[in-house]
Amino acid sequence: MSSRVAVIGIGITEFGELWDESYRALITKAGTEAINDAGIEGNEIDGLYIGSMSPGLFSGQEHVSSLVADYSGLAGIPATRVEAACASGGLAFREAYISLKSGLMDIVVAGGVEKMTDSPTSSVMITLMGAGDQEWEAFKGATFPALYALMARRHMFEYGTTLEQISEVAVKSHHNATLNPNAQFKFNVTLKQVMNSPPVAEPLRLLHCSPITDGAAAVVLATEKKAKKLCENPIWVEASAISTDTIALHDRRSLSRMDASIRAAKYAYEQANLKPSDIDFAEVHDCFSIAEIMAIESLGFCKPGEGGKLTEDGETKLDGSIPINPSGGLKGKGHPVGATGIAQIVEVVEQLRGDAGKRQIDGAEIGLTHNIGGSGGTCVIHIFSNR
Amino acid sequence: MKGIATHWRLIPQRYNLVGTKCNTCGEKFFPPRYVCPKCRRAGNIEEFQFSGEGEIYSYTMIHTAPEGFDFQKPYILAIIKLKEGPLLLSQIVDCKPEDVEIGKKVEKVFRKVIADGDSGIIRYGYKFKLKSS
Repeated sequence: MSSRVAVIGIGITEFGELWDESYRALITKAGTEAINDAGIEGNEIDGLYIGSMSPGLFSGQEHVSSLVADYSGLAGIPATRVEAACASGGLAFREAYISLKSGLMDIVVAGGVEKMTDSPTSSVMITLMGAGDQEWEAFKGATFPALYALMARRHMFEYGTTLEQISEVAVKSHHNATLNPNAQFKFNVTLKQVMNSPPVAEPLRLLHCSPITDGAAAVVLATEKKAKKLCENPIWVEASAISTDTIALHDRRSLSRMDASIRAAKYAYEQANLKPSDIDFAEVHDCFSIAEIMAIESLGFCKPGEGGKLTEDGETKLDGSIPINPSGGLKGKGHPVGATGIAQIVEVVEQLRGDAGKRQIDGAEIGLTHNIGGSGGTCVIHIFSNR
Repeated sequence: MKGIATHWRLIPQRYNLVGTKCNTCGEKFFPPRYVCPKCRRAGNIEEFQFSGEGEIYSYTMIHTAPEGFDFQKPYILAIIKLKEGPLLLSQIVDCKPEDVEIGKKVEKVFRKVIADGDSGIIRYGYKFKLKSS
């Protein structure tokens, strides 16, 4: 019977347009913080898993498994780069988890990092379009805001979801970000500002869209035996789940939901022997505000089509019945693509440790992370507890 | 800059909406698939010619355009449900933005999609226009 796995250390950089920070500076900063937090020595680490979507296209740098091991002063260690577009971080954590469950490793570091600002915005946009179908979506000029706009339009058509409801997500994201010292956008926005911001791909506007961001995050995972020896407050992984779906939006069975999320959620709840109502809070993938509404429906926090109402009623705020994205989400804290999945886990661990400062959710015991690749081609879900 | 072969290989699909169908289960695919998701190895895939008729399933108007599409902005991108079943992504052209609605009938036209800079390859393909009643 394989042992439980826990997170025993976390580290994260500031998120933003970090002109002075390189890819390798960011990941080593986050990694060092995580290892210090875990209280372990470098020679106790059995392996590294690094999530990055496209250092190759953003900076011409591939082979980042070797690069990160090397610059961490750990050349020689087993290292693997993991990629699933914007789910690279979540998937890197899962691969790290599997390595521990297999019994082959005892202590592993999972990191996520993306350096997006070294290229001009127009080329960043093209790189991100690679998360969709190159031949049949990118070729047609489909940007990522456009793909999510197509989903938003159907969600509004099928369920009557309003632009106001979608915009309330962004207002909440920004508010939570003001309480997060590492967030990219530490300022509030009003509903009116969101709804009147410049159109990007209608109905989505600028303030419905997560930004281009640099940043890194890292966590240290350990098997139960090691965790109990090394850590006073290990945060346990209760579930690790992944599901894929068609790469292209037009091949999905529905545009108003993500089947990958629904399947991954089902596997996660089964593994953890939990129901949606057992979850105290969640970090979900709000690359665009509509995605948060679809996520809370997929995760079973409300019925399909009612995500807008749940948001509008304030239930997903920090003091609501199911706080969503206490960190500020991708919109408020930023979205360095490969780092996001790990950053979500860092937030959940901070909350479960009681270390979330002004963002602290009282009595949080069970947290969930939900990380999406592309327009829904991959979904990775983890559930954590402090029990 | 992508190679010539990438586009040349897809000319029957991009110019003429030639897809595939699985003779085992009858499912039709556009873009073409070489493995039927339902039948997999039990499938029997052959070419299938789509009519080019369909209706609007969803749409958006793009204001922030990627390189190569700048001069067209704002442009309308839609998910179109072809008469024969599959959905595909395409621009809708030759109409006023306010005329685009979910459910309206459309038909395929042949248009320039993107050029590789001022002196590079011009890539053509399908776009759709509202069907004149």
